[in-house]
Amino acid sequence: MLRISQATLGYDERPLWSNLNLEVAQGEFIAIIGANGSGKTTLLRAILGQEKLNSGAIQLNGKPVTHGSRKIGYIPQSRSLDAHTPLLAKDLLTMGINGHRYGVPFTSRKDKARVEHILNCIDGHELANLPVGQLSGGQLQRFRVGQAVIDEPDLILADEPLSALDLAQQGILADLIDRERKDHSAAVLFVTHDVNPVLDMVDRVLYLANGQFKIGTPDEVMRSEVLSELYGAPVDVVRNQGRIAILGTHGADHEHHDHEEWK
Amino acid sequence: MIFDFSDYDKLLPLVTNSLIAAALLGLMGGLIGIFVMTRDSSFAVHGISEISFAGAAVALLIGIDVVLGSVIGSAAAAILIGILGTRAKDRNSIIAVLMPFGLGIGILALSLYEGRTSNKFGLLTGQIIAIDSPSLFWLTAISIFVILVLVIIWRPLQFASLDAEVAKARGVATGKLGFGFLLLLGLAVAASVQVVGALLVLSLLVTPAAAALRVTSSPKLAPLLSVSFAMTSAIGGILLALGGGLPVSPYITSVSFFIYLVARVVEVMRKRSAKQSVSKGLKA
Repeated sequence: MLRISQATLGYDERPLWSNLNLEVAQGEFIAIIGANGSGKTTLLRAILGQEKLNSGAIQLNGKPVTHGSRKIGYIPQSRSLDAHTPLLAKDLLTMGINGHRYGVPFTSRKDKARVEHILNCIDGHELANLPVGQLSGGQLQRFRVGQAVIDEPDLILADEPLSALDLAQQGILADLIDRERKDHSAAVLFVTHDVNPVLDMVDRVLYLANGQFKIGTPDEVMRSEVLSELYGAPVDVVRNQGRIAILGTHGADHEHHDHEEWK
Repeated sequence: MIFDFSDYDKLLPLVTNSLIAAALLGLMGGLIGIFVMTRDSSFAVHGISEISFAGAAVALLIGIDVVLGSVIGSAAAAILIGILGTRAKDRNSIIAVLMPFGLGIGILALSLYEGRTSNKFGLLTGQIIAIDSPSLFWLTAISIFVILVLVIIWRPLQFASLDAEVAKARGVATGKLGFGFLLLLGLAVAASVQVVGALLVLSLLVTPAAAALRVTSSPKLAPLLSVSFAMTSAIGGILLALGGGLPVSPYITSVSFFIYLVARVVEVMRKRSAKQSVSKGLKA
C-alpha cells in the first residue's frame, strides 16, 4: 500500500533519517515515535509530497504522491484553527468529502447522508452546528478524525493528534481512530511523543533518533538495549501496568518534551 | 443642501444603469469580501486599489480607456504581490512598499493631465452618480466574470482559506488558488474603483463581509449577509446621492459603515444574552 524505499532526507549534511525502508500493509497501525527534531513531521510531509527526499522513493499504491492525495486522510495537531473561522463543526466533515471539488457549491444528498453517518460515528450531533472556534480541543479533534475518514482514505496520517488533550480525551480519540481504520481497513501512521495511549492498537513502531531508526513491534523496539543503541547512550525502558516509560540521558528523556517540532 | 428629493421621479430613470452596476458590484464585493476577510487580505485590497488608481491615471494621461488602465494596474499589483509575497508576513511588507510607489505614479500622471478636473478626482474619490456607458459595460463584464469564477472555485478556495493544512494534504492546489484569488481580487478592485474611487474601495470589498462575520459563523449565511450588506450600501448610496448631487462615494461608505456598526451592536447584545442564559441555567 505505502512503500518507502531507501529514503533519505536531511538539510546541510545532517540527515534526519537515511535509507529508511518501510512497507505499510492495508489496515496496519504504525506509531512514529522520536524526540523533537528527529524528523517525524517531516516524514509525514515527505509522504504528502510536500518535502523532497534527498534520495529514495515513497509510493502510495504504486505511485509517488506529489501534491497531497485524496487517498490520504490527514489529522493535524490540535488547535490549528483560528477561533474566528467562519465554519461550523459539521462543515469540517463536508469539506473532507467535497472541499476539493470545483463547480457550483452544492452538497449532494449522498454527501449529506455521509456527513450524518460520520456524525453518528464520532458522536457529534450535538456539536454539529457550533462554530469551530467554540469547540474544545478534544471536541475539535473528534471532528478532525471524522474529517480524515469521511472520504474512506487508504491511509490516515495523524500528526500528534493527541497533543494538548487530557488522558481521557486521548483514550476516546485513539479508540475512534482505531475503530475507523478497522471499519475501512485504512492504514494509520500515527506520530506521537508518547506511545502509551495507542499501545494496544499499534502493530509496529517506527522509532526515530539521531538520524537513525528502528522498526518493529513495540516489544521488539521498546527495549532498553535497542533504544540505548539507537541513542548511543544508556536508556532505560520501564514497563509498569501495561505502560511504557522511557528514562535516560539528555535527549532521550521523554519527561521534558514540549510540543515543538523541528521544521 | 445635502438632500433634495423633489425631482426624484424624473432622476430615477437616468440612473437605472448605475443601479444595475451597483447591484452587480455589491454581489461581487460581498462574495469576494468573505475571502478577503478569511484570507486576511484587507491590506492587499488597499494596496491593489492604489496601484489600480495609478494605472487608471496613466491611462487618462495617454488617452486610453481608463477601465483598461485600472485593470492593468490591478493585475500588475496582484501578480507582484502573488509572486513576491507567498508568505503572509512578506505579503504585507511587499504591499507597503508597492503602494506609495503606485500612488506616486498616479499623482504624477494626474498632475501632467490637462483635461477635465472631475475625471482626476473621480479616480480617487468616486464618480458623480452617472457612470458613462463604455465604463458601465466593462464594469458589468468584469463583475459577472469575477462572480462566476468565484462560484466555481468556491469550495476549494474556502477549504484552502479556512483549513489550509488539511486542504493541502487532500490535494487542493492551495498555492495556485491563492494566486488566482489575488487576480480575481485585482479585477474586483479595478471594477469598484470606477464607482467608489481608489481610496474607498475597502467600503465595498471589506466592510460588508467584516460586518457579516461579526454576526454569523455559518459559511452559508456569511456570504448571503455580506452580499445583502454590500448591495444595500451600493444601491442605497446611489439612491441617497440622487437627492444630493454629490459624489456617490460618501453615501456608499456611510451606509456600509452604519451597517457595520449595527452588526457590532448585534454581536455584543447576543453575547450578553448568551451569558445571561448560561447564568440562568446555572441557577436553575
